[in-house]
Amino acid sequence: MIGANNHDLFVGIDVGASRTKAAVLDAGKNLLGHAVLRSGTDFERTASAVLEEALAMAGMPGRDGFQCVSTGYGRRNVPFRGDTRTEIGCHAKGCYHEFPEAVTIIDIGGQDNKVIKLDDRGRRLNFKMNRKCAAGTGAFLEEMAMRLGIPLEEMDGLARASEHAEELGSYCTVFSGTEVLEKIRRGIAVPDLVKGIFLSVVKRVLEMDSLSERVVMTGGVVAHNLYLVDMVQEITGREVLVPKHPQLTGAVGAALFAMEINANTSGRGNR
Amino acid sequence: MPTLYEQREDDHPMSNEPPKKSIAAGKVCKKIMADHFYELDEAARTGSRKIAWCTSVGPAELLRGMGFLVYYPENHGAMLGATRMATELIPYANAMGYSPDICSYLTSDVGSFLQGKTPLTKAYNIESVPRPDVLVFNTNQCRDVQDWFAWYARHFGVPLVGVHTHRDIGLIRMYQIKDIAQQIEDLVPQLEAVTGEPFDMDRFKEAVELSRRTSVLWRACLESAGAVPSPWTFFDATIHMGPAVVARGTAEGVSYYEDHLLPELEQRIKDGVAAVEGERHRLYWEGMPIWGKLRPLAEQFASLKTCVVASTYCNSWIFDQLDPADPFESMARAYTELFIARDEAYKEKYIAQCYELFKFDGIVFHDAKTCPNNSNNRYGMPERLGRALGVPTLTINGDLCDLRCYSEEQAKTNIEAFIEQLEE
Ligand code: SF4
Repeated sequence: MIGANNHDLFVGIDVGASRTKAAVLDAGKNLLGHAVLRSGTDFERTASAVLEEALAMAGMPGRDGFQCVSTGYGRRNVPFRGDTRTEIGCHAKGCYHEFPEAVTIIDIGGQDNKVIKLDDRGRRLNFKMNRKCAAGTGAFLEEMAMRLGIPLEEMDGLARASEHAEELGSYCTVFSGTEVLEKIRRGIAVPDLVKGIFLSVVKRVLEMDSLSERVVMTGGVVAHNLYLVDMVQEITGREVLVPKHPQLTGAVGAALFAMEINANTSGRGNR
Repeated sequence: MPTLYEQREDDHPMSNEPPKKSIAAGKVCKKIMADHFYELDEAARTGSRKIAWCTSVGPAELLRGMGFLVYYPENHGAMLGATRMATELIPYANAMGYSPDICSYLTSDVGSFLQGKTPLTKAYNIESVPRPDVLVFNTNQCRDVQDWFAWYARHFGVPLVGVHTHRDIGLIRMYQIKDIAQQIEDLVPQLEAVTGEPFDMDRFKEAVELSRRTSVLWRACLESAGAVPSPWTFFDATIHMGPAVVARGTAEGVSYYEDHLLPELEQRIKDGVAAVEGERHRLYWEGMPIWGKLRPLAEQFASLKTCVVASTYCNSWIFDQLDPADPFESMARAYTELFIARDEAYKEKYIAQCYELFKFDGIVFHDAKTCPNNSNNRYGMPERLGRALGVPTLTINGDLCDLRCYSEEQAKTNIEAFIEQLEE
């Protein structure tokens, strides 16, 4: 009975350009299950698979009675959705759930970045997404890791090991790649290069908008590279909050929207 | 800065017209536009009349008054954008040294000429744009128009004349008006050399008066969107502004708005007809249209129950300062007082006045990659205006013609998120 009301289980599916995330909440807003899979090219299949994993974790494999909201780039490719919301709305919702105060959210995703400002009631004041290019996103980090021949998961440790960031000058991912190669030739230590690459990511997001007093960082790139958080703290002099599951923020927000739709029968219908 | 994209009958799903809640006057509009091109084409082939190419906010009244048929290359640029021919033609101009970062009307138009391809062929069975006898610009909108026309002046070996307007002006001073009036007057002998006929003051005054009347009527049409719900949208207006641009200074232009469009819009208001069914939100569009995406954008806004009620862009062809009693000076005033030629403080005040008139809940800024002149988000205006008016703003990155600069998916998500925000 997908899409009907009076559910006690709420699912959020966040189909990002790089990863698909699922969050399963009960009526008390407890996170019962979650999962992350590579989005691939068949979003419908990935959405079903990630749901299955999250339900299994919640101890209810195969269950089909729930209210679901999907979000993210592939939000309209989730066959079992009851409704959709944008990833901007869902990140705001997911964040406010964990940090109910006025904050600026910095979300660093696989292919886009968002800066969202919320007031103390969780309402959006404004938001910005990165412009057309991949500068400062996960795609940039992936490309740089590939150029350096380093597994992505080792980047965070390497950046931490450096005491000096070797800065990159260019916005452009391809030109930055060339710059990195040139620096390798000059014998610059790899940890310093990686720290410079992280610094480039941080600069790209900080130049998107001004920050309010409290900052929250979310997204898969943050989840796997927590050194980015340290860097933002150092540069801005602000304490930066991080949700328990930074990569699931959008999915949790979507599940919370599902709960709201369930509570007030005036859902907006499938979109 | 310009105009018009051609309305077509074959409204198949791939076509780029705004969705239909069709305005009946559209048929007349279409005919005026068609006649405009047929008349130019005939004159170009037979040499029956002299043809002047003119920038969209150039001294058209003087040209009309001196008997020229007037062709507007920016109109052609908009058609190249709307038919999505532009993106494949721009690279030909790029390859000749015209940067992809400059006006994509210029680059797509020159590219189209180099390739011998024009949207006029499909729309009107016209082989090419009409050969100019003279090219006349006004830099009130940008420098690109001068460079653009200079390319054709070299190609055709015809005179290039123009007006150099003061830019980024706050308070307009009399010396500026006198200067521009003098520059316009100085065009007269140069144009007489092309027509071979003496300047006729009465005919000029008549063109100024017709243009003034067109402007007054066009303003009334635009202001009808102050009604709640609005009888039409910005996307509709981008089509119906055609005659205000190409037929200003003619009786047809006046008649279009007086006898057709304005009465229809007024009737809609009386009948409570909404352009966007169930209008819930009203927005202001600041910046150029994204010509190749008018239809999907219009549809998306309509599906979100949002009416884009007004725009700086469509307002840019209101020249009601024109006065036949003082034709040169009033033209100078009309073409200098334009939004695009003014400083930030003026522009903000202007949009604040529109806010009073149109009662919108948010502003969408279009940052057009190749037109800094019409991209007013770049010096902090969204932040300042948002604070001053207490309305949220959204910036979309795109372009007037070059769709390589536009990420549709991102723009759609941004718009959807913006409307979600309005609903919170
Ligand atoms: S640069 Fe901008 S203002 Fe100038 S012609 Fe091109 S679009 Fe119009």
